[in-house]
Amino acid sequence: MIEVRNISKSFKNTEILKNISIKFEKGKNNLIIGQSGSGKTVLMKSIVGLHNVDKGEIFFDGQPFLIMNDKQKKKIRREIGMLFQGSALFDYMTVEENVMFPITMFTNQSLEEKLERVNFCLSRVDLENANKLYPSELSGGMKKRVAIARAISMNPKYLFCDEPNSGLDPRTASIIDDLIAELTEEFQTTTIINTHDMNSVLKIGDNIAFIYKGELCWQGNKTEILNTDNEKLNSFVFATELTKRLK
Amino acid sequence: MLKHIGEYLLLMKQVFSKPEKKKILLSQIMREFDSIGVDSLVIVMIISLFMGAVTALQLAFNLSGNPVVPTYTIGYATRETIVLEFSPTIVCLILAGKIGSRIASEIGTMRVTEQIDALEIMGINSANYLIQPKIIASLIIIPVLIAISMFLAILGGWLAGIFTGLFTSHDYIYGIQSWYHTYEIVYAFEKTFCFAFIISSVSGYFGYITKGGALEVGQASTKAVVNSSILIIIFNLILTQLLLA
Ligand SMILES: Nc1ncnc2c1ncn2[C@@H]1O[C@H](COP(=O)(O)OP(=O)(O)OP(=O)(O)O)[C@@H](O)[C@H]1O
Ligand SMILES: [Mg+2]
Repeated sequence: MIEVRNISKSFKNTEILKNISIKFEKGKNNLIIGQSGSGKTVLMKSIVGLHNVDKGEIFFDGQPFLIMNDKQKKKIRREIGMLFQGSALFDYMTVEENVMFPITMFTNQSLEEKLERVNFCLSRVDLENANKLYPSELSGGMKKRVAIARAISMNPKYLFCDEPNSGLDPRTASIIDDLIAELTEEFQTTTIINTHDMNSVLKIGDNIAFIYKGELCWQGNKTEILNTDNEKLNSFVFATELTKRLK
Repeated sequence: MLKHIGEYLLLMKQVFSKPEKKKILLSQIMREFDSIGVDSLVIVMIISLFMGAVTALQLAFNLSGNPVVPTYTIGYATRETIVLEFSPTIVCLILAGKIGSRIASEIGTMRVTEQIDALEIMGINSANYLIQPKIIASLIIIPVLIAISMFLAILGGWLAGIFTGLFTSHDYIYGIQSWYHTYEIVYAFEKTFCFAFIISSVSGYFGYITKGGALEVGQASTKAVVNSSILIIIFNLILTQLLLA
C-alpha cells in the first residue's frame, strides 16, 4: 500500500498539486484520472521522488519515503516498476537489452537466467520476435509494451503506469489494460495508473481518484463513477459520445 | 555563474561516487572509446597533417633569405609550436566541438525523453552511470589522439618541405631533434589531461541539466561547446604560467 498525505507541489509560484491525500491499495488498480494538465504526471513523479514536494508525507507500506536517506530510498526504488508517458526506453539498447538492464544492474544471474526472464516478460506483453530491434524501429504501442516488460522485469512491489494506453488503438489499449490488471492481481502489486481513457476507467478502475486542477475532487470506483452528482467529474466522464450514450 | 559552478561541483561529487558494477563501467568505457576516440580520429588526422604543413611553410617563408638564422630552425620551431600549443590546445578546442556537443546532446536527449528519470527510478545513480564512463574514456583516449596529432603534424611539416623544396629533409629532421626537453612533452600532456577533463565533465554537466525538449537539447550542446572552449583557453593560460614559469 502507498499512502500520500497532504502533498503540495508548485513550480515557480504556480501551485500544481494542492494538498492531496490518497491511499493506493495493494493488489488493486488505483487510477488517477483527470484532464490533460491537471497534474497527474506531476503527482506520480512526486510519489516516486522524481519531483521534490513542497510539503506532505508519502508512505510505502508504512515507511516514510521523504525522510529516508539515499540508501533507503534506493532500496524502495528497486521495488518500483515505472512506465513513463513517453516510454523512456534506452535508445542505444535493443529491446532485449532494455528489459535485461535492471536485472544485469542488480543481480548476478547468468546470461541464460536473464534471457529466460527477459523472454518471459516479453511474452507477457505479446512481443516475441522483437528482441533484437532498437526502440527507433518500434511502433508507439510496441514501445509501451517493451516499457511494461522492463517495468515488471524485477517483479516490482509497486507498479506505476503513466498513461499506459494513450495513443493506442482501442484493441491494443484494452489488451494493455488487461495485462496490467492481470499482473496486479497475480503479483499483488500496488498499482497506480494515470489515465484519461474512460474505457480503462470502466474496465479496471478498482479505486479511482479524480484530480481537477491539482485538487483531489472525487474518489470512488468504476460503478460509483457513473452515478455521481459531482459536476466536474460528470463533465469529464460524459465528454465522449460513447459515455454519453451510457446515461 | 556561481550557481553553475556550485551545481557543477555537486554533480561531480555524484559522478565520482562508487559505480554500481565495475564490469558494466568497463563495458561502457569501451563503448565510449569508440564514440569519443575512433569517431574523432579522422578529423584529428586531417587537421594535424595540414596544420603541421602550413606551420612549417609559414616559418620557411619568413626565414628564407635570412642570413643569421639557420634553416634547421624551421624544424625546431615547428616542433615547438606543435608540441606546446597546436596539438594540446588547438586540437582540444576542436575536440571540444566534436566530443563536447556529442556528449551534451546524448545526455540532454536522455534527460528530455525521461530516460534519466527511468534510471533514477530503478535506483541507479544516473550521473555516475552516464557521465563517469565518458570522463574516464576521455582522459584515456584524448591524450592518445593528441599524441597522434603531434606525430602527424610534424610529419606534415616534413612532407611540406619535401614537396616544395623550401627546406631539406635533413635540416628539418635535425631541427626537430634540437634542444629537446622532456618537460615540454610532460607539460603538453598535463595540459591535455586537464582539457580532456574539462571537455567531458563540462559537456556532461550541460547535458545533464537540460530541461524541456529538442530545442533545449540543441542549446545545451551549444553551451557545452562554448563553455568548454572558454575554459580551455583560460586554463591554458593558467597552466602555462604554473607549469613553465
Ligand atoms: N517540470 C515542470 N516545470 C514546470 N511546470 C511543469 C513541469 N511539469 C509539469 N508542469 C506543469 O504542471 C501542470 C500539470 O502537468 P502534468 O504533466 O502533471 O499534467 P497531466 O495531468 O499529466 O497531463 P497529461 O494528461 O496531458 O499528461 C501543467 O500545467 C504543466 O505545465
Ligand atoms: Mg501526464
